[in-house]
Amino acid sequence: MIEVRNLSKHFGDKVAVDNLSFTVKKGEVLGFLGPNGAGKSTTMRMITGYLPMTEGSVSIGGADVVEDELTAKSRIGYLPENAPLYNDMSVDGFLRFAAELRRVPAGQITDAVDKAIATCFLESVRHQSIDTLSKGYRHRTCLAQSIIHDPDVLILDEPTDGLDPNQKHEARELIKRMGEDKAIIFSTHILEEVEAACTRAIIIDEGRIVADGTPDELKSQAEHAGVVVARLRGLAGTGIKQELEKLSEARGLEVSESGEDYICARVDLAKGKTSEELSSAIFKMAVDKNLTVEELRIEQGRLDDVFRQVTQSDTAKG
Amino acid sequence: MGNAITNVLLDFALPTLVVALIFLAVLKFVVPPAVRTVFKREVRSYFMSPIAYVCVVTFLLVSNGISFWFGGVLERGEADLYMSYFQYLPWFFIVVAPAVGMRLWSEEQRLGTMELMLTMPIAPWQAIVGKYLAASVVLFSMLVLSFPIVLTVNYLGDPDNGVMLAGFVASLLVALSFLSITSLVSAFTRSQIVALLISIGLCLFVWLVGLQPVSDSLLKLFPSMPWIASFVSGLSVLTHFNELSKGILVSRDLIFFLSFISFCLFGTAVGLRLNRS
Repeated sequence: MIEVRNLSKHFGDKVAVDNLSFTVKKGEVLGFLGPNGAGKSTTMRMITGYLPMTEGSVSIGGADVVEDELTAKSRIGYLPENAPLYNDMSVDGFLRFAAELRRVPAGQITDAVDKAIATCFLESVRHQSIDTLSKGYRHRTCLAQSIIHDPDVLILDEPTDGLDPNQKHEARELIKRMGEDKAIIFSTHILEEVEAACTRAIIIDEGRIVADGTPDELKSQAEHAGVVVARLRGLAGTGIKQELEKLSEARGLEVSESGEDYICARVDLAKGKTSEELSSAIFKMAVDKNLTVEELRIEQGRLDDVFRQVTQSDTAKG
Repeated sequence: MGNAITNVLLDFALPTLVVALIFLAVLKFVVPPAVRTVFKREVRSYFMSPIAYVCVVTFLLVSNGISFWFGGVLERGEADLYMSYFQYLPWFFIVVAPAVGMRLWSEEQRLGTMELMLTMPIAPWQAIVGKYLAASVVLFSMLVLSFPIVLTVNYLGDPDNGVMLAGFVASLLVALSFLSITSLVSAFTRSQIVALLISIGLCLFVWLVGLQPVSDSLLKLFPSMPWIASFVSGLSVLTHFNELSKGILVSRDLIFFLSFISFCLFGTAVGLRLNRS
């Protein structure tokens, strides 16, 4: 649905986006991650046809955003950063305006507006002037205009920014639901959101893709992903340590606590072995040696660890 | 009095109505729907905010006041408005047109709504034309509401209404040219005040280069090249206004105004694109 090929953007000497390529299919929700200034918004603005690109191309359902601008734009729903709105309009009037510009047929405009208002929970402020709305309602109004024409493609720049935790949850659920039959790209700083709503995530840094995969794949890249944490009791700590080191599934271990009759350690995985094999080996050893297993779990790896690993360059230099 | 009202209705109200109807018909049947949508939003926005009313009322008070008290409409004993009214009218538009148009694109950029609008399926020129037409309606309504002065002159004497109508047409075209300058300037700034001041400066400039002293001094500077002077004055809005407002409807002048406006609106599109990249 969305095809981005070799997309670059230069502002003078500064390279904001550097040769990005990726595709998003129908039914995919792509989380767009990256530190501030990594080029997320710039990329989204080029995909929506707002910013002219320096190099590369973007096509939306086969329509090039430069060559066939209006067709491409009519397939996109876009929520810009900070949710800009015409303050002198009412919510209802603004959504009607958006529906007309987004080419909803005249006879279906009222239905489309009703539906968007229901989806974004705006009924209570429907006839209120936009400049009197709170930030959460403003954001939802802008979200409503992006889905009013039921587009195939949604580009959402920080859709949950400024919402309270309940609204964030609702927005995430909404994105997930809509993602079933649309292609969605959304950017965020909040990593839990990626796990909650995305089928895939891209991390970009300094305009380049530094990681790309499903949230689970990304998490497995974390430094401690797959490591088994064990807390065993029944022998002196040093004794248990020796037993653990003997296991062929273990490559080494890091003891976090050790005492008279217990140990708590993080056991690294030997090459070619899975975490499950390692943990069952530890369990078997514990049973053989008559140890009590107080804790035995596989470390999942955390997205923010991955995020920090791959986007260090900026802070390291700074 | 009855006679004056009939004359004004026939000579002014009727043409105004015809122009308004043609405008509405063009809007309804000729222009793309996106232009109409933007136009409707902008007109509503103008008349929902105090801006349009303040501009209209101030303009009417000042323009009518000046011609009655300073222009001496009543003392001249002539039943026309050329010297007393149309001499001054464009000067007001140097301030009024930028005041009406300063928000056109600067506000849109400041609020970020430009990003919203230009990512919808609308070509930039459609948005530019829609917004420009909406602001034109405000200027047009100012001239329509100037009817009391026409009524007064018709009541007092038997003026040549054709010439007067030409004066209004010329004034409208000048106002629209100034508005297009403002549209162009507002594409380059996020601040309404900056847009207002620079537009006033530019309007004043294109007005003043047509004055006699300017062409005289150009002639003195380049005595061997008289075409420079006529070229510069040919570029001025003033020269074409004078021709038109004398009641001589020349297609050359009409074409000048239309190309001037088109050029500025095209410049607006270029400005908006430059700002984005």
